[in-house]
This record gives sequence, structure tokens and C-alpha cells, in this order.
Amino acid sequence: MATEVGPTPVKAPASGGTPIHHGPKGVGEDNKILSQAKWATWLLAPTIIALGIVIVYPIISAIVMSFQKDAGLDPATGLFTAGGPAGIQNYVNWLGQQCAAPGGGTVACPPGTLGAQFWSATQTTFIFTIITVTLETILGFWMAMIMARTFKGRSLVRAAVLVPWAIPTAVTAQLWLFIFDFQGIANKMFNTSILWTGSEWPAKWAVIIADTWKTTPFMALLILAGLQMIPAEVYEAAKVDGASAWQRFRMITLPLVKPALMVAVLFRTLDALRMFDLPYILTGGANNTTTLSILVINQIRQGFNSAAALSTITFIIIFIVAFIFVRFLGANVVEQSGATGKGKK
Amino acid sequence: MKAKLTATAALMMAGVLSLSACGGNTSSTTAGGGDAAGNLDGRGPITYVQGKDNTGAIRPLIEKWNAAHPDEKVALKEQTDQPDQQHDDLVQHFQAKDPNYDVMSVDLVWTAEFAAKGWLQPLKDKMAIDTAGTLPSTVEGASYNDTLYTAPQHSDGGILYYRTDLVPTPPKTWDEMMEMCSIAKENNIGCYSGQFKQYEGLTVNASEAINSAGGSVLGDDGKPNLDTPEAKEGLNNLVDAFKNGNIPAEAITYQEEESRRAFQEGKLLFHRNWPYLYNLATTEGSSKVKDVLGMTALPGKDGPGASSLGGHNVGVSVYSENKATALDFLKFMTSEETQRFYATQGSLAPVLSSLYDDAELVKKLPYLPVLKTSIENAVPRPVTPFYPAVTQAIQENSYAALKGEKSAEQALADMQKSIETAGAGS
Repeated sequence: MATEVGPTPVKAPASGGTPIHHGPKGVGEDNKILSQAKWATWLLAPTIIALGIVIVYPIISAIVMSFQKDAGLDPATGLFTAGGPAGIQNYVNWLGQQCAAPGGGTVACPPGTLGAQFWSATQTTFIFTIITVTLETILGFWMAMIMARTFKGRSLVRAAVLVPWAIPTAVTAQLWLFIFDFQGIANKMFNTSILWTGSEWPAKWAVIIADTWKTTPFMALLILAGLQMIPAEVYEAAKVDGASAWQRFRMITLPLVKPALMVAVLFRTLDALRMFDLPYILTGGANNTTTLSILVINQIRQGFNSAAALSTITFIIIFIVAFIFVRFLGANVVEQSGATGKGKK
Repeated sequence: MKAKLTATAALMMAGVLSLSACGGNTSSTTAGGGDAAGNLDGRGPITYVQGKDNTGAIRPLIEKWNAAHPDEKVALKEQTDQPDQQHDDLVQHFQAKDPNYDVMSVDLVWTAEFAAKGWLQPLKDKMAIDTAGTLPSTVEGASYNDTLYTAPQHSDGGILYYRTDLVPTPPKTWDEMMEMCSIAKENNIGCYSGQFKQYEGLTVNASEAINSAGGSVLGDDGKPNLDTPEAKEGLNNLVDAFKNGNIPAEAITYQEEESRRAFQEGKLLFHRNWPYLYNLATTEGSSKVKDVLGMTALPGKDGPGASSLGGHNVGVSVYSENKATALDFLKFMTSEETQRFYATQGSLAPVLSSLYDDAELVKKLPYLPVLKTSIENAVPRPVTPFYPAVTQAIQENSYAALKGEKSAEQALADMQKSIETAGAGS
């Protein structure tokens, strides 16, 4: 960091109070750089400490906890005792869906335990992610194309589109719960009597519909930002060359908007993999709508340490997905400049 | 340059290490960390912790106490109105051995967990309280391993509401009620509903069905006891009613409010709900059952059924430094006077048997006699330190049975196994 400062153009100014002034007087250029670097270190330290406290510490702490057994009941006193080290048992239990057996050892988790839901929750999480992100990308793109045009009342449309995104998710979930009520609007409008939250696929679609409604505006805005980066001249040139609307979309809009689009898809995917509030409020996780996050929260109430193992597993899953996106699909979050060339090899 | 980076890294590590050092104390849960024998004579200011007060009763009560005890004032700490968050807040403060959480309102189903963690002061010897006039089922719900850990304060039980215009004499047993479903069919409405969405309310309803048929979720030894003909009959009562339409199919999505709305709109003949329904159903303008609202005890096998017990108790933290004051305040909070105040002010059902026969109170809360029968026959929801796992097992498996995805027999077998693994611990 400090090396990049290089030979500084800043000469010690006459006015007092600047950091450089505090350095020893009459020193050479080297010392000045050094004192600047020292100063930079002090300036950066609070941020690094803050990051350490809010990011590094919880992650390490969770990983340490995940290698501990959960507190067990001492049959003699009826009191809980600390579990002690567990090795990788917590991880083995989750991945193999094993539960503690009454006589010691483990058995396959019976239905009705959280352990029995790991793989189905993983599957559900990915189903939700794939379907919602696909729908949101298509609809968001379409909304962005509309918003990118110049027409009367455009700012009104842009503001209106933002409304679902502005509503807190928990409130959204409660609204959709009313809509999907047996006597709710959804059934009244289509004259159906579907038990939306009471059977598997309707429950899944209820979650998907609510999530799409809520987060499409987010996609639309990110894509809109990308669309507005494309200069109008490019389109004009293409028109002059006789490109059809479809060709213009495919050959100009898509490649040029791709960096913004990939970032939007990456954000939404990571977000969707953590989905919690919507299914938790709409269905309580019934009918196979339990996501990994819901499973973690439920497990916390039954035992911290194995919840820590589960959240570490979830973390790794999300990390792998993010890695695949960045490495192979060319989602370039950090350096905007090199974005277009990547991932095409 | 390297030196700078190392310095920064060292700083960062120091921060992390000092944090993990203090984190170590809280994350490793050792039981019995508190000193149950200490501070028994301590007197001084204390704090009372409870969820958000919706009754408007707690502030006047505390003012009254503070006026009488200027040296032992009570400060009120209100949590959110979400039970899960209240639970987690208490757990965090207990883990931190916080001496500033002296007295707290404890939901019935948390009692065993907190007691087994060694966080609640056992109410015995010097800390003993008198429970002579208290309804026995509420005392049972406040105890763990035969020791009283909390003082019952207010209770809650299920009531069977029915339509007096359609049902001349209310049913006493489940079978009688099912026979009366022909009335519902003639009038083209649903017959019966409780709460059957997969959530805590389903645990309440499923345990009621099992207990009412003579079964029980946990045996006296705290081990699951679901592999019995009685439990099977109980769960099958609900399964069959769903199958033959006596319970309308949409009831699988009902929580309290959805089911109350259906009943108030005149779409149900019989309805199981809590006492709170009474006020709303008799006063809300949209209610179609205003003048035809009947109440009776839940139907059982041969007589009144076994309601699941709800309610809150008052407990003292083992980490409190002023336990003598805490005990006095606990007695004050569970006194007859306070319970009467809660009943009139906040419609919270008392736990003292005598108050249920009090003419003045009954006039104000007409459901009290029925509720008394309900609570007298009530069975606390499974008293176990593994309650979260137990309720999960009951909810998920009974939900599958009600939807016809597995037989009642299979559902009970799975419940049994799930609860066994929860208790097996590590």
C-alpha cells in the first residue's frame, strides 16, 4: 500500500498540523516516505482491526466451535455438561445425515430431525436459487430495456419499479402470506382453491413468486446501469450497417452489458443461496421449503456447535459458487476495466 | 515496509485473540456455572425482564412495588414481542452470567431447558414458595426433575368454541363431536378446526389429540412414549377427520388467526382456540358468531380432553446478587392481588384456583369456568430440556400424517425415534 505512494510530490507545507510536520526535521526523502508509511499504517489500523473483529473473528470462532460437541445431558443430575472436542464428527453427521443414537454411536437421522433435512435443504436452496435468479434476470432485463428508453413519465416508472425492493423482506413475506391465504386474493382472482402454503409445489412457487416480485427491481437497476454505459453511436453505426433489432441486441447490447449483468447475477445468486425470511414466514419451512439458512437457525436452538458446523458447510458451498462465477463465468467484481476480455478463453 | 505490515498484522491478531479469549467463556456452555447457594440474603435494586407488555399491566404493578420498597426498586426491561427472540435474549444474558437479569418471565416450554442449564434458581429451602392454591398442572409445567424452578404466574388453555344456534348441547367427547358434523354438512359449513400449519400450534394440537385419547408424548421418565395404541388413536382422530372432510382441507394452512377468521365468518361449527378469541369474536363488527358463541371444554375420549398448557412463569436467575429481593418480588408478581389485576387489566388467565370462582371476575371474563376445566385437565407440553428438537419432531411428523403422506403409526414411530436421538445427545 504505502509503497505506491512513491516519491511524493508533497513537500512539507509551511502550515503546521499536517502529519509530515511531525517527522524529525531536516531528514531526507527516504525518511519522509517512512514516516508517511507509518502514518498510513496508523490510519489503516482501525479499519483492519474492525474487519478483524467483524469478519475474521466470527469466522474463526465458528470454525473452532464446529469442532466441539454440543452440550449433553448428565443423566445423574439432569443438568447439561459441556460436550468436549468432537473432531470432524459434526461435519460427518451433517453430510451423512447421521444422528446420535440412544445407546451411543450414530444412526441415520429419522424423519422429524433437522439432521435428516440436510440434503433436501441443499437441493431446495439450489432449486430456489436457479429458478428465481433465472426469472429475475429475464424480467429484470426486460424492465431495464424499458426504463432505458426515453419516454414520458420515465422517472415515475423508475421510482415505481423500486417499490418492491424498498419494502423489507419480512413485510413482503407477510403481504404474500395474506395473498396466498386460502381465502386470499390469489385464489379469489383465479377462482381456484389451491392450498398455497399447504402442499409442496404450490408452496415452492409461492416462495419463488414472492422472491421474484421483490428482487427483480434490483436486477433491473443493475442492468439498467450497464445499459446506460453503452454509447448511442454504436447503435447508430449498427443501424447504418443494416443490423436488425435482434442483431443489435445480440451483437451489441448483450456483450456490452455482460460485465454489469454478470455482477448482478453473481450478487443475486449469492443472495438467493442465503434465502431465509420468505420461506420462514410463508411456510415455516414445511412442504420441503426449508433452505440451508432456515436449517441453521433451527439448529442454533438445538445446539450451537453443530449449527456452527452447518453454517461453515453453507459458507463453503456459497464460496464455491462464488468462485465458479468469478473464475469461469467472468463475473468481475473488482476490476471493471478488464471485465470484457475475461472468461472467453 | 515489511515491519509495518507485521505490526498491522500483529495488531489485528491481538484484537482477535483478546476477543476469542473472552468469547471462550461464553461459547463453551458449562452447566451449573452459577452459584445457586450464593447471594440468598442479598437485597437491593433488581431488574425484571419480560417480553413487550401488551396488557398495560406491568408498569402500574412495578410502580406500586417501588412505592412500597424504595430501597429495593425494580427496573423493567422489556424485550421484543417475539417469543423466539425473547428466548435467545435470555440465553445470551444467562451465558454471560449477567447479574443484571435478576427476575424474568419464562415461557412454560423454556423452563426445563433453562433449569437443566443451571440458570434458574431452584425454588426450594430458603427460596421456597407456597403453591398450595395453584392449579396443579401449572405447577407441573413450572418444575423440572420434581424441583420447582419457576413460579406459575398466568396460564392458558384451549377452549372448544361452538355455534349455539346450530348445536343444542355441546359435545363432551371427540366421537360425539364427530357425530354432530352432520349438522355442519346440512348447513354447508366446515365442522371442526384447530391449528394445523406446521408450527408450534401444531405441536399444541397434536399433543392435545394424543393426550386426550389417553396417550402421552413423554413418559414419566422423560423418554418418548409414543408407541402406544392411545397415541395412535389420538393422532388418527385428526387424520381421519381430515380424510373424511370433518376438518376442512384448508385447515392445514391455519394458524390461530386464520382459523379464528374462518370461525368468525361462520364457516366452522366447532373451533379450538385460546381464550383470546372470546373478546374478539364478541366485539368485532365483522363477527357473525357474536350472539351465538358457545364455549365448552375440549372433547376427550370419555370426558373433557387434555388441553395443552400455555402461559408464563416467573423465575430468578442464579446469577442475581439480590436474591432475597428477587424472591419477594416473585411472590408479589404471583400474588392473588397481582393475578386479579392481570386478569381484569390484561385478560391473562390466573393460576390460582380460587380466582376462577370469583363472581366479579367471571362476570368480566365469562370464559373462566370453562377455562378452569380446561386447565385442570391440561397437560403441559412435553417438559424436556430438548424442547426445540421435540417440537420439531412432533410438528414435522404429525404434519405429514395429517396430509396423508404417511400413516399415523409411521408418524408416531418416526417421532419416537427423532425424540430418542435428540435426548441421546453427545
